[in-house]
Amino acid sequence: MIGPLLEVKNLSVDYLLDDGAFRAVKNVSFEIGRGEFFGLAGESGCGKSTIAYAITRLSKPPAWIAGGEIRLDGQDLLKLPEPALQQVRWRRVGMVFQSAMNSLNPLMRVEAQFYDVLRRHTGAGRSQARARAEEMFKLVGIPTHRLTDYPHQFSGGMRQRIVIAICLALDPELIIMDEPTTALDVVVQREILQQVIDLQRARGFSVLFITHDLHLMAQLCHRIGIMLRGELVEVGDVRQISTAPVHDYTRKLWSSVPLLPPRDSMREAIA
Amino acid sequence: MNAAPPLTGVEVMAEPIITVEGLERDFAEIKALRGISLSLRPGRALALVGESGSGKSTCARIIARLDAPTAGAMMFRGKSMTEPCTAAEDKAFRRAIQMVFQDPFASLNPAFTVRHHLARPLALHGHARGKAELEQRVSALLVDVGLDPDLTAHKFPHELSGGQRQRVNIARALAVEPEVLVADEPTSMLDVSIRLGILELLARIKRERQLALLYITHDIATAAHVAEEVVVLFAGQMVEWGSTMEVIRNPRHLYTQLLLSAVPDPDQRFVPGESAQFLGHAEEVRRLSRPASRTIEQVGPNHFVRALGET
Repeated sequence: MIGPLLEVKNLSVDYLLDDGAFRAVKNVSFEIGRGEFFGLAGESGCGKSTIAYAITRLSKPPAWIAGGEIRLDGQDLLKLPEPALQQVRWRRVGMVFQSAMNSLNPLMRVEAQFYDVLRRHTGAGRSQARARAEEMFKLVGIPTHRLTDYPHQFSGGMRQRIVIAICLALDPELIIMDEPTTALDVVVQREILQQVIDLQRARGFSVLFITHDLHLMAQLCHRIGIMLRGELVEVGDVRQISTAPVHDYTRKLWSSVPLLPPRDSMREAIA
Repeated sequence: MNAAPPLTGVEVMAEPIITVEGLERDFAEIKALRGISLSLRPGRALALVGESGSGKSTCARIIARLDAPTAGAMMFRGKSMTEPCTAAEDKAFRRAIQMVFQDPFASLNPAFTVRHHLARPLALHGHARGKAELEQRVSALLVDVGLDPDLTAHKFPHELSGGQRQRVNIARALAVEPEVLVADEPTSMLDVSIRLGILELLARIKRERQLALLYITHDIATAAHVAEEVVVLFAGQMVEWGSTMEVIRNPRHLYTQLLLSAVPDPDQRFVPGESAQFLGHAEEVRRLSRPASRTIEQVGPNHFVRALGET
């Protein structure tokens, strides 16, 4: 039997402070299957981003992984020596962050940024990188002639799609998306996420999707985990979390989203 | 000029504090605002909704006089504000209108305590004299925005959460006792779970202080929580406006319909294979909504929609 793609077991992460350690992630365990869209929801400060950074061991001091295992295909990433880890990071586990659209180098043409990533991780030459970049641009719906543009020539939504495209260029098995569309408006958010769903179907990668917006999460994820103050208080499939949440906090999280008033003619208007 | 009829409600409303008419703003060849006409009235909130680049922040900045329009008129209590005014008029205007910005982290000075942030405008505008009165006013402001003065006044911005910082920003704006509050995306950098609290705070201070509130957002769902009226902006044009409930319940413009359909709805799962269709539809709606149009239809007592222009 093939096991899950990612297994997080009893993960604890501390932030070291002057007066001792603050445990930001407390003994958290979950799994992500192959091709699964797994969501991690919770308020800011609940530890969900800390987990995202811990998975690729990008936690920066004072964050400190205090214990646990993070197994990718059975291999514990926490025990991997740094050079071996570099083979995993980006190559097998891609990351898209909330401010990713600002993580492009403003002084480099987008094409050169593709080349940078592809050369570093796959040893691709310029023409190979160019071909791959064109393929990825087509995939995320940006005209390929714009590869020679600089990041500032694109809108925020397009920059976010470019980051996703660069991430996909390495064909990762798992993509960690930490609030990938929170800074964007709802139409652009929907455009990007529908594309991600299509791409995921086509390429079979798994996604760890982190957001505080449960409504959005319910549209995308297969399973959802709810974090509260560093603990994973509930994990279930999307139907159970939406219709029969067990934990009080999950219910509270649902009721805290500013909702549209009941719509009458709207659905027909759009249909 | 391409001036839309100003917003008019059915009920009798107080005289507007600020009225703009036919506002235009060009940045080089880009027309950021085209014929914006609206009024802000005491005790009422108007939401300006649009995607990034739609011109909503430009509009807010012009109304707060942080930017000047290329064309159009702006009246403050019946006095034109687009023409040069005296220093005293300018100061009165700046006191009357205050802004709360999107980023609660960047809008407070990290080197000063919460007390300093509130005491300074109070003292500058002569709303409090002497240490005791100042302290008492700072406490009152913090209580008003739902913070405990004993726990917050002595703290530095980094010791507060995003929601608390945004509350301090609102208190800072209120310290000047403004008549108009312009809130530019005040909740979009905050967690969903604390957004409602901030929205409720804005709605309450608007009611209690009879503030005219201009609420800028890309999230039409939050607009319904604070604003009686909404303006949907696309490519610098008002495409649909009127009573928030009417616009949300019965959107008539293609772009408003697109915007509402994209609000996350847990009952509507994304289905693989639909992205090309949605992207194509969104692109088509944008293409159709972009051209200038002067034809405005009144579709309800307080509900207006702009016809599509020629592509």
